[in-house]
Amino acid sequence: MNFLNILKDIEAIDPEITDKISPRRDVIKNITSFGSKVALSALPFAMGSMFNKASAQTSSSVGDVLNFALTLEYLEAEFYTTALNSPALLALIPAGPALAALQRIRDDENAHVKFLKDTLAALKVTAVSKPTFDFTAKGTFPTVFSNYGTFLAVSQAFEDTGVRAYKGQAPNLIGNKVVLTAALSIHSVEARHASHIRQMRRATGGDLVNLKPWITGDANNFNDSGVSAVNATYMGENNKMQATVDITTLTGATPGSKISYSAAVEAFDEPLTTQAVLDIANLFIVK
Amino acid sequence: MKIFETPDQEQQTENDSFLSKKMQRRNFLTYAGASAAGLALVAAGCKKDNNDFNKGINLGSGDIGILNYAYALEQLEAAFYTKVAASFYKDIPSAEIALFTDIRDHEIAHREFFKAVLGSNAIPSLEVDFSSIDFTSRTSVLGASKAFEDLGVSAYNGAGYLLKNGAYLTIAGKIVSVEARHAAYIRDLITPGSFAGSDVVDANGLDKSRTPMEVLGIAKTYIKSQINASNLPS
Repeated sequence: MNFLNILKDIEAIDPEITDKISPRRDVIKNITSFGSKVALSALPFAMGSMFNKASAQTSSSVGDVLNFALTLEYLEAEFYTTALNSPALLALIPAGPALAALQRIRDDENAHVKFLKDTLAALKVTAVSKPTFDFTAKGTFPTVFSNYGTFLAVSQAFEDTGVRAYKGQAPNLIGNKVVLTAALSIHSVEARHASHIRQMRRATGGDLVNLKPWITGDANNFNDSGVSAVNATYMGENNKMQATVDITTLTGATPGSKISYSAAVEAFDEPLTTQAVLDIANLFIVK
Repeated sequence: MKIFETPDQEQQTENDSFLSKKMQRRNFLTYAGASAAGLALVAAGCKKDNNDFNKGINLGSGDIGILNYAYALEQLEAAFYTKVAASFYKDIPSAEIALFTDIRDHEIAHREFFKAVLGSNAIPSLEVDFSSIDFTSRTSVLGASKAFEDLGVSAYNGAGYLLKNGAYLTIAGKIVSVEARHAAYIRDLITPGSFAGSDVVDANGLDKSRTPMEVLGIAKTYIKSQINASNLPS
């Protein structure tokens, strides 16, 4: 977690962030002047609580949400575009449906980038520029473009993150029929992609032979991807409480039965906060 | 309804909708009681196609109306998959049995969730009509399943902006992405790689969205009960 990058990213996405937290600006200056490892290790928690408070005061504007979404779409679009231009990976992708599916997803993500930029332009809001990406996540996935399994694992994490990210932003768009409907319509396409990538991973067999198109889990497992490096993408997905209803107390398929914990987890996808999504994206952003 | 914090204004709208529900029933009874001939006419009228969705089970107004609309669709899906899983089509592979059973349980969870949160505001159980589906045929079941899932996705996408309460919108979002996962899986079973086909995803990479009236117009083939959606927000 690179604190300075996150601040920079948030400022790129939300230029008002410094104003939002202005009473704490001095605190931030003080923090950045600290050199000690102890102070830096405490930062994620300090920053987390600061941003929660800051964003509770001012909800994100439509432009902020669109630029936030654009950052994610830049990430996804460049990921698939790079992958399908990598000879080492192309040699491993089965010809036919697998390659065609990845091309389809690449085209959708690039269409999302264009659509969001056009929408921002129509709203006269400056679009954020494309960050520089490192899809190895600074060495966490060194073979992302040379190992088919690694590539699909990262793809799945991106798609499932995208679903959670759009879901988390929807309430910020209440009252804007056009943008909310468009965001929801991108959101469900990301879910279609996620479902398909999960089926592609399942088809590679081995430990993944039981991977489902939907996110499953239970009381002890929130990450069903088999890749602990992407835990942040799945944090909280094993939630069985919706509003004040414990889904596992509801009647199941046969009289007297109850909905299982895993079905309760699968039936509802969970949102991610802006901050949690930025933390994930930041792992792949150089600058 | 105390599950969510409900603003006073919305409470008022709900009360209004109950009032109008009662009024409609009273009008109906008044007319129906007019004469024996009148009764026969009304009965015939009730059987006729209701393309305006302005009589029958009243979904209500405001956010409650939209939640009842979602509840109606989830009832339809849950009933369909319950029937699919009660007697699977011929020669179904074990992987399909497992995932169809999952989908059934998800739709039941959605249905029961809406029933629980709507409480006394919930519409009654709908009568379904699956006579056009051959449950012994894989092609017929997958075709219907694809239609239901794609319809559900477009319904939630198109109704999201009608919700005023952010908590409800988040719940709708939690459900629609699962419907989209189902849709992609079923579509891939029919034609590998059709998870986001150009018949559902446009050149901007956007999924379909449909108004409640468009959705009900498609769904009515499978729903015997008459639905009154005339108080839904638009």
